[in-house]
Amino acid sequence: MLEIRGLSKSFGGVKATDNVTLDFADGSLTSVIGPNGAGKSTFFNLITGALKPDSGQILLNGVDMAGRSPPDIVRYGIGRAFQVASIFPSLTVHETMLAAVCADQRRASVLHRRFPLLETRDRAEHAMELLGLAGKRNRTAATLSHGDQKLLDIALALVLEPKVLLLDEPTAGMGTEERWRMIDKVRELWETQKITVVFIEHDMDIVFKIAPAIVVLCYGRILATGTPEAIRRNEAVIKAYLGTEHHAEAAI
Amino acid sequence: MTELRAGRTGEPLGIARDEARSQRPRYLDVLIGLAAFGVLAVLPLFFGSKALLDFVIRCSAFGLFATSLNLLVGYTGMISFGHGMFFGLGAYGFGLIMQRTGVPVPVAFVATLVITTIIATVIGAICVRLKEIYFAFVTLAFQMLIHSTILSWASLTGGDQGLRGGIPRPVFLGIDLSNHVHLYVTSCALLVIGLLLMRQIAQSPFGYTLRMIRDNANRASFIGIDVWRARLTIFVLAALFASTGGIVMALFVSGAYPEFAYWTISGEGIFINMLGGVTTFLGPMVGTVLLLILNDTVTRLTEYYGIVLGIVILFFAIGLRKGLMDFVVEWYGQRRDGAGERG
Repeated sequence: MLEIRGLSKSFGGVKATDNVTLDFADGSLTSVIGPNGAGKSTFFNLITGALKPDSGQILLNGVDMAGRSPPDIVRYGIGRAFQVASIFPSLTVHETMLAAVCADQRRASVLHRRFPLLETRDRAEHAMELLGLAGKRNRTAATLSHGDQKLLDIALALVLEPKVLLLDEPTAGMGTEERWRMIDKVRELWETQKITVVFIEHDMDIVFKIAPAIVVLCYGRILATGTPEAIRRNEAVIKAYLGTEHHAEAAI
Repeated sequence: MTELRAGRTGEPLGIARDEARSQRPRYLDVLIGLAAFGVLAVLPLFFGSKALLDFVIRCSAFGLFATSLNLLVGYTGMISFGHGMFFGLGAYGFGLIMQRTGVPVPVAFVATLVITTIIATVIGAICVRLKEIYFAFVTLAFQMLIHSTILSWASLTGGDQGLRGGIPRPVFLGIDLSNHVHLYVTSCALLVIGLLLMRQIAQSPFGYTLRMIRDNANRASFIGIDVWRARLTIFVLAALFASTGGIVMALFVSGAYPEFAYWTISGEGIFINMLGGVTTFLGPMVGTVLLLILNDTVTRLTEYYGIVLGIVILFFAIGLRKGLMDFVVEWYGQRRDGAGERG
């Protein structure tokens, strides 16, 4: 269970995250939406330790993550993928996976053995299978297509076997068809891996169709939370964000 | 031929290459190292030339230094402009211990490495947090600091005269380092052992952690890697091998001079890496041999040494845009791919 309690972060005078309190139940799939500058990415950065919160708690199964370093938080089981695929360009897909498992097994500073370690092989294989990257194992990450790079980014988070997976716009920069393929993949991963998934998404069609729960952020605050039906009918959300059909499209 | 066979059995070509790239067994490296050492060791039996042996000893000193710099530059993406300080530190540390205490050579060797570890840890702790250009300049600043300390602390270091009067080299385990051939074989052994150890570092899980940090340090921290610690570790390890290079140099000239700790040594290290290339493990070794040959021939022919060297580096930097070994590997790869496609 991931519980956010009174989380706040300001940049100068701007409150990027303002007293956010939220619960993400184990095994839930939640979409975070909100207009540009609503503080969605900041929210992710706070949870994963990229930014230190000014106040508040981030409780993962009761342990406070607030103020810990990113490597520390990853080890507790919160993994993330990035809006712009964040990968290791010169490593192959296979090497990337093997090295990530190595890091997760706390063997990243082993000097006396040769890479790759035998005990990392199965998990690396499994993650590549899950994301459909096994056929491209020997491709250098830099030569992968944009979509495959996004998948590799997610694989990097998933191979660590996180309890909570945060996906910052998994469909960013993709064409319509590719978006649906990606989001189906995300949903499939959520269903098969039984982990908590939180993702940021701009495409309202996708959000309303896929996510059982939605959180709407606006100016760093929670505007509304609930099921797609509730959000669709929520007055405040319509006024601030969804607006008319036209506005909804503009937000995409 | 292997490609052709792989093609016929329908095996994807990539797999063979992947195995070659990441799973070459350790014993093969050791065998290559032993073979190289064997060839070098019998050299004096066939060539009486003292100049040749001197050349190889200098190659050992600078090869260890340049390859260790590549662990930082090529593998971790940390461009140090002050790596030469550890070369100087090795030479002075070893020379001083031998002159002042008269302990056996192996003890002085280990003691020098211990001192290097301590100093590199302190300097590294300050430097490795810094990004690119700041890291480069702060390492350079420490280099200048050590150089001026050597110059001004004349009572200990001999100031600008260097450590004079020769370094005593008592016989140990039947090895007499004042004997030219003994010194030569020892230098070769140190070079081969050093290269094998550095190769092991580069191919270990830690070596891949370094590559990840070079490619994307931020992402590395989000898969649970303590980037600062890894950078500090490789900074200290690289310093140890640079220091060993300095020790070989001190043994060779039987002294230590302030130039060993001057920034131009760091510059030469970078230059060697550019010449040989940083994408292969042996690139810096090839660069070392190239630079020393260039150095020896050009200084014999003309006094305008700097101009010639400048032209060569321009040729590599602007003409090839990579080091010699990078170029060779790429050319070989293309040829192999070409053969594979035809098959």
